[in-house]
Amino acid sequence: MLLVYCPYCGVSRPETEFSCRGEAHIARPADPAQTSDEDWVNFLYMRSNTKGVYVERWRHIHGCGRFFNAVRNTVSDDFLKFYKAGEPMPDLEELAKEAGK
Amino acid sequence: MSQPFRTEKGGRIDRSEQFTFTFDGEEMQGHKGDTLASALLANGIHLVGRSFKYHRPRGIVTAGSEEPNALVGIYRNGDQTPNLRATQVELYQGLEAISQNRFPSLGFDVGAVNDRLSMFFPAGFYYKTFMWPKSFWDKVYEPVIRAAAGLGKPPKNPDHDSYGNLYAHCDVLVAGSGPAGLSAALAAAESGAKVILCDEQSEFGGSLLTEANASIDGMAPSDWVAETIARLGAMDNVTLLPRTTAFGYFAHNYIALAERVTEHLASPDPKLPRERLWQVRAKEVVIASGAIERPMVFPENDRPGILLAEAGRTYLNRYGVKVGHKVVVATACDTAWQAAFDLDDHGVEIAAIIEMREVPPESLVAIAKARGIRVEAGCVITGTLGRKRIKSALLGRLMTSGQVASGGQVECDALLMSGGWTPTVSLYSQSRGKVVWDADSGAYVPGKSVQKERSVGGAKGLYGLQATLEDGYAAGEEAAKAAIGTSKKVTYAAASGGEAGEGGTLGALPHDRNASKVKAFVDYQNDVTAKDVKLAVREGMQSIEHIKRYTTTGMATDQGRLSNMNALQIASGALERPVTDVGLTTFRLPYTPTTFGLFAGVARGDFFDPVRKTPSHDWVVDNGGVFEDVGQWKRTWYFPKSGEDMHAAVARECKTVRESVGLFDASTLGKIEVVGPDAAEFLERMYTNPWKKLAPGRCRYGLLLNDAGFITDDGVIGRLADDRFHVTTTTGGAPSVFATMEDYLQTEWPDLDVWITSTTEQYAVAAVQGPKAREVIAPFIEGIDLSNEAFPHMSVKEATFCGVPCRLFRISFTGELGFEINVPRRHGKMMWETLAKEIEKHDGTSYGTETMHVLRAEKGYIIVGQDTDGTVTPQDAGMTWAIGKKKHDFVGKRGLERPDLVSENRKQFVGLLTKDPKVKLEEGAQITTAENPATGTPAEGHVTSSYFSPALDRTIALAVVKNGHALDGKTLYVPMPDRSISVEVTGPVFYDKEGARINV
Repeated sequence: MLLVYCPYCGVSRPETEFSCRGEAHIARPADPAQTSDEDWVNFLYMRSNTKGVYVERWRHIHGCGRFFNAVRNTVSDDFLKFYKAGEPMPDLEELAKEAGK
Repeated sequence: MSQPFRTEKGGRIDRSEQFTFTFDGEEMQGHKGDTLASALLANGIHLVGRSFKYHRPRGIVTAGSEEPNALVGIYRNGDQTPNLRATQVELYQGLEAISQNRFPSLGFDVGAVNDRLSMFFPAGFYYKTFMWPKSFWDKVYEPVIRAAAGLGKPPKNPDHDSYGNLYAHCDVLVAGSGPAGLSAALAAAESGAKVILCDEQSEFGGSLLTEANASIDGMAPSDWVAETIARLGAMDNVTLLPRTTAFGYFAHNYIALAERVTEHLASPDPKLPRERLWQVRAKEVVIASGAIERPMVFPENDRPGILLAEAGRTYLNRYGVKVGHKVVVATACDTAWQAAFDLDDHGVEIAAIIEMREVPPESLVAIAKARGIRVEAGCVITGTLGRKRIKSALLGRLMTSGQVASGGQVECDALLMSGGWTPTVSLYSQSRGKVVWDADSGAYVPGKSVQKERSVGGAKGLYGLQATLEDGYAAGEEAAKAAIGTSKKVTYAAASGGEAGEGGTLGALPHDRNASKVKAFVDYQNDVTAKDVKLAVREGMQSIEHIKRYTTTGMATDQGRLSNMNALQIASGALERPVTDVGLTTFRLPYTPTTFGLFAGVARGDFFDPVRKTPSHDWVVDNGGVFEDVGQWKRTWYFPKSGEDMHAAVARECKTVRESVGLFDASTLGKIEVVGPDAAEFLERMYTNPWKKLAPGRCRYGLLLNDAGFITDDGVIGRLADDRFHVTTTTGGAPSVFATMEDYLQTEWPDLDVWITSTTEQYAVAAVQGPKAREVIAPFIEGIDLSNEAFPHMSVKEATFCGVPCRLFRISFTGELGFEINVPRRHGKMMWETLAKEIEKHDGTSYGTETMHVLRAEKGYIIVGQDTDGTVTPQDAGMTWAIGKKKHDFVGKRGLERPDLVSENRKQFVGLLTKDPKVKLEEGAQITTAENPATGTPAEGHVTSSYFSPALDRTIALAVVKNGHALDGKTLYVPMPDRSISVEVTGPVFYDKEGARINV
């Protein structure tokens, strides 16, 4: 069972307190009416599904209820970073390099 | 009573306390401190079971949890637990054990005919034999295979034991308490770390309890264990868990332990659980799981009386039991020689030491010579004689040519063997670490750590008492340093004796027998022979993963701990590829068999899943209502009067609602309070409908899509004030709608000033529906003019019910005049009982979900999740009226414009009337254009809802059908196994098409 850190509560808690909501930083297009069919389908369905360092949305559903983002290595299950919703995506290569040390 | 194989003295058993136990009904004696295995051996019993496939007589092979043969059933409290390893079952007064997989008795087993017919049961015979005729599968093959499969018989009754569960955190978890584990625990604990030390055995000490020829700090090893455990036990930062198996190593240093709490006691405290699951999050883990000895693969190596050498030594030194009176020791490594010497010390005749190596160490040969023990170097065992117990061993001399020459026969009543040692890397492997091949020791050892763990001592292939102790201390210090930032150098104990040995062998031993006739077992428990592994390779299996599955080698309860390395070597030989190219199968959890009870814990029976009850629950029970489960909710299905079946009850309930009035518990519907300056804007974006112009005091049906454009939920939403909405959802959709709203609010539109709160549990809701609904509620409602003009359909207002604040909705899911009264949940019982009494005065009825379904189907109202399946759009459902045409955006709007969603041939929501009004369609039945379509014809759609309608006095159905909206009046077919049913397509509204009944 993974140990997940909630950046709002400032605590690590077992995975069962959270729900994972898929890839992060997939923003809903600002003006859907002006979005092409292809772009809309990409927004709906296409995910990078990376083997390795991946950015996910998590929600502290049985805690504070907030959504936040986490960088996880999908091979080792190691979390490299947790950060609040709205904060920019970190440099994944940099993070991976640091974790590899 | 005599225990003919008990030593005169020694061992860790308590000779002053004698226990009586039975095995297959026969009464025997043992001592406190015995396992069932050691007590049986003390009584001279080696034959304890029959093998899985060939029903060959089998005896105890090991002294540990890896035991493949001695699986027994234990009776307790009138029930039997099968497949327990006799080597782990601790003896207590009155223990009742039975052998398994034999009929009619262990001594005479008719299944043993399989052994003589074994040429018909090679590896993979399942895949080859039971192929045809196809009709034989259900009636013949499967019942026969099922009856023959497995070892023990499952218990007949539900598990009467209870199981505990607890979570624990520690700095350092040490799994295993041999020399390395104990010293690691001591070093970590002395450094100040919070330590948990667990061991699967009843006593701490591991191999130290077997070691008779060594000393630590001048003490006997077992005394050093006692002193160390006392030291650890006195420290507040240490938790000692004997009888506790670390059986699973998960991500982020999460380790599951199974503690056996009461099974070893004759009459345990009934308040205690049988087992306890420890879910431990450890900052650092020390894996001290040791190493186990490998069997030698020679013909007939499975006779009762053949054990591993170290097991023989353990039975002698720890349990005071001699495995035989005349023992042959067959080995390829040094350590087994000590077993011969220890037995010799207790007066056991050593018939011979059969050493595979041409030149064994001179020091050992000298000791053997001094003791007068016959040593045959450069020899192997080529077979054994004796049916239910070994009587003699056949010797073969290894020639330089690679051939084997017969070396005669040695009489014996037990044979100890050692093919060398295999590190137990199971936990390391479970931690996702990759093992690496160590050519020097001929073993796979842990490679790089993936998680915060370190393997020590035997578990990483390090042997020798002094070296192991030192490795443990160092690992304990390192683990403490890593976990808490500091460590203390403890004084290392000094050991003498217990030196590491040399030697070892892998794979099948050469012999001079007819290879097609003899069986040399690789995996005892699954009856896999060396021949089977070679056959698998001949038949094209190349990967060890395939060989494993084809032969089932390594798939026994020990997970191949005993068999894997021998099987690998045999496969590597047959494939003519080095061992490292053949690969190694993955060790998975659980490390040893683990009970389902442990995983279930308290989540059984009533505690399996929470039950959600509405405030009418007790009243419904008292009044004979029948419940159905809707998710976790108990909802009333129907209310039968005496003599009524469900059909009659539902018909009466439907008729009563349409003619007078009915009362329905709608408390389970999801409720969400949406509040804030931007509440209307938020709903405008979430739902398809327009909300900004909805006046306070008015309601609107809301349709919720996902961004793909498909219907996901619906419900009536009432506006209580400019900045406050009362949203209702479907019963099942409540959590996901709430989560979806939170998601959009937090992540897409954080600019909106809105609060949402789940209020499902805050309100009890009674729906009063029918022409007399107004008369029923009127006496109790204060603060509202209930007239049709003042409070028309789709109104909402706050008022009081019997003086209690309520939210009154005028809405209908039946097509009749209807009200839904929301009161604080604590007043729900009062409301229900008040209304139930009142409707009686109006010849009304309480009704359940079945009637609700029929009434709404008569009106063509959809149920999301029943009439829709996640691929239905509002257009498909004929609900374009619910879409706010002028809205620039809402969730799903862009999705609805996708080419596939506006294309022809979409399945659309329609009504169906069977030509024969008595025939009721099956929900889920497929719909076709041809009366008797050819096999493989795609369906045009399917039936989503189907009922008998009392109002129409005929059956009705709802369906989704390709281009259904254009098929009004057309005939389609519903082919069933026995006939094809013709149906006419209609609109989905069957009753009161103009909707007049609602507005009265």
